[in-house]
Amino acid sequence: MLTAVFERARSQRRLAFIPYLMAGDPDLATTSQLIGALSAQGADLIELGVPYSDPLADGPTIAAAAQRALGNRVGLSDVLALAKQCSGNSAPIVLFTYYNPVYQFGVQRFAAALADAGVAGAIVPDLALEESAELRAALAEQGREMPLLVAPSTPPERARRIAEAAGGFVYVVSRLGVTGAGKTPDFAPLRAQITALRERTSKPLAVGFGVSRTEDVRSVADADGVIVGSALIDRYAGLSGTQAVERVVDLAAALIAATRR
Amino acid sequence: MKPDSRGYFGKFGGRFVPEVLIAALDELDSAVNEAFDDPTFWDEYHAVLRDFVGRPSPMYRCERYVADLSPVPLLMKREDTNHTGAHKINNTVGQALLARRMGKRRLLAETGAGQHGVATATVGAKFGLPVDVYMGARDIERQALNVYVMRLLGADVHCVESGTQTLKDATNEAFRVWAARAGDTFYVIGSVVGAHPYPYMVRELQKVIGVEARRQTLARYGRLPSDVVACVGGGSNAIGIFSGFVDDPQVKLWGVEAGGEGLESEHHAASLGAGSIGVLHGSRSYLLQSAQGQVRETHSVSAGLDYPGVGPEHAFFKESGRATYPSVTDAEAIEAFKGFARSEGIVPALESAHAIAFARKLAAERSKDDLILVNLSGRGDKDIGRC
Ligand SMILES: Cc1ncc(COP(=O)(O)O)c(C=O)c1O
Repeated sequence: MLTAVFERARSQRRLAFIPYLMAGDPDLATTSQLIGALSAQGADLIELGVPYSDPLADGPTIAAAAQRALGNRVGLSDVLALAKQCSGNSAPIVLFTYYNPVYQFGVQRFAAALADAGVAGAIVPDLALEESAELRAALAEQGREMPLLVAPSTPPERARRIAEAAGGFVYVVSRLGVTGAGKTPDFAPLRAQITALRERTSKPLAVGFGVSRTEDVRSVADADGVIVGSALIDRYAGLSGTQAVERVVDLAAALIAATRR
Repeated sequence: MKPDSRGYFGKFGGRFVPEVLIAALDELDSAVNEAFDDPTFWDEYHAVLRDFVGRPSPMYRCERYVADLSPVPLLMKREDTNHTGAHKINNTVGQALLARRMGKRRLLAETGAGQHGVATATVGAKFGLPVDVYMGARDIERQALNVYVMRLLGADVHCVESGTQTLKDATNEAFRVWAARAGDTFYVIGSVVGAHPYPYMVRELQKVIGVEARRQTLARYGRLPSDVVACVGGGSNAIGIFSGFVDDPQVKLWGVEAGGEGLESEHHAASLGAGSIGVLHGSRSYLLQSAQGQVRETHSVSAGLDYPGVGPEHAFFKESGRATYPSVTDAEAIEAFKGFARSEGIVPALESAHAIAFARKLAAERSKDDLILVNLSGRGDKDIGRC
């Protein structure tokens, strides 16, 4: 399901472009408009963040976006409803959520709800390989996929096992640390990581965390996809509706142009 | 009991952290196993505890505090007499020694009441390791004395403005910083919480409280206590003293949580008493959370108990019935704080006052043949002017 996204991008000689949005920031209606606009612009896959009170893998931009969304009382059920409503757009959706909201919702029920909403899968950054088996199995049963993350600190043999278990694609974390657009990653070790992963897996590799400029996208041209979150959110923070959409579409167009090889 | 290889006590514990931290936890796990098997590690740890911390800490028999209710002997394990004024120093000495063995060059810590921050700043100064402490803006305000002390000791205190601006958010921030710096930085966690091996490691470092207390009680009274009482924030002082008695089934273990304005008020920090199972800061345990799985804001008059989670081993003790987790309200704790000071000449930490308040209730049901042992986890200087 997710692999097809990367195949299509590859056949068009470009990286898949995967924007990240926090559902409910600034409000659900704007998120819905943003999803529509980004799809129309050519986004290949949309990562939709589920607001969480304690996002350990996120830096200030996404943590603040989550706080704003929580201020609007947006929770997992709202995000699922939003995803369902947007499922007619061309770009498929994966949820980006921490584990506790999923655990409270119920792992089986969550997998079924993803299928019902037409969501392709879920990324759960605080479920490392060892803790991920139950959710992976539940998602697989519903034909949903769970990409897993590989970090710069992941040893090679472990990276191989993660890639083997990952559903759809391998999420290659570009740097040590959390999400955020502030500091440009050092792309040399990242490219070495991509080369090493290529020898261990045939699954697509999507790079995320800290990718924010067109130069960054060009720097990881040997990957199969790029995930851009904080840079988009910084761009529309404080705006809503059409104003937010205009700002994001501009940046997305530039980033998409940079994905061509 | 050692947790299983994935860090579980029964169904509690584990490692729920971003992949970027797994390598650091594996590295720590190897270092902990190696050090705990090495007698020279323990020799050095005990030497520092003796000469720097002032261990063994005394065992004190209260003369007056419950005398109006019962003839039951009431004993205090005096962690308040430790250097820096609380049990927290036992843990930071051990973790600093581990950091040194691992060749880490900096220490990182989170703190709520400030006691753990002071204890980490202290070992940082002693061992020549720079220290960064993350502390919520609200806690910085209510624990100004400890912030002053940490800075005096040379630590950098970073103010955390996100979320509820308390210990929970300081801990999030410490995890994030550690994710970027794990190569050269040792994260000194302040309680039996976090991802494996932290709950196990911190327990082993606080076990000294229970081992000493068991020996002292037997030496003096020729019998074991009937009840062991300790307050529970993250649960480290409670696990420390419980560890000395966990294999003595006749000894009742009581972990006292912060009841705040009462469990029905929602303004409390009683994770075991009123929470449900969830995942926070790297482990599965009991948690105060909404139905949607968002971590809830907590309340306690004592900053050290004001935490929505609790160590996984306590969750295991709760489910297995080995320990019981009552709670005490702010008002009861303040009354104990004042009453205990007046009748015994000891100003307890507000955290410890929760355990003392519960022990007084328990005393009414006990006789002279019983023996109540309380972990007086710290002294109350930091709480002056707060009630
Ligand atoms: C004096 C004192 N007692 C108890 C606690 C609670 O922590 P724990 O439950 O980990 O012992 C604290 C925490 O700061 C403290 O300072």
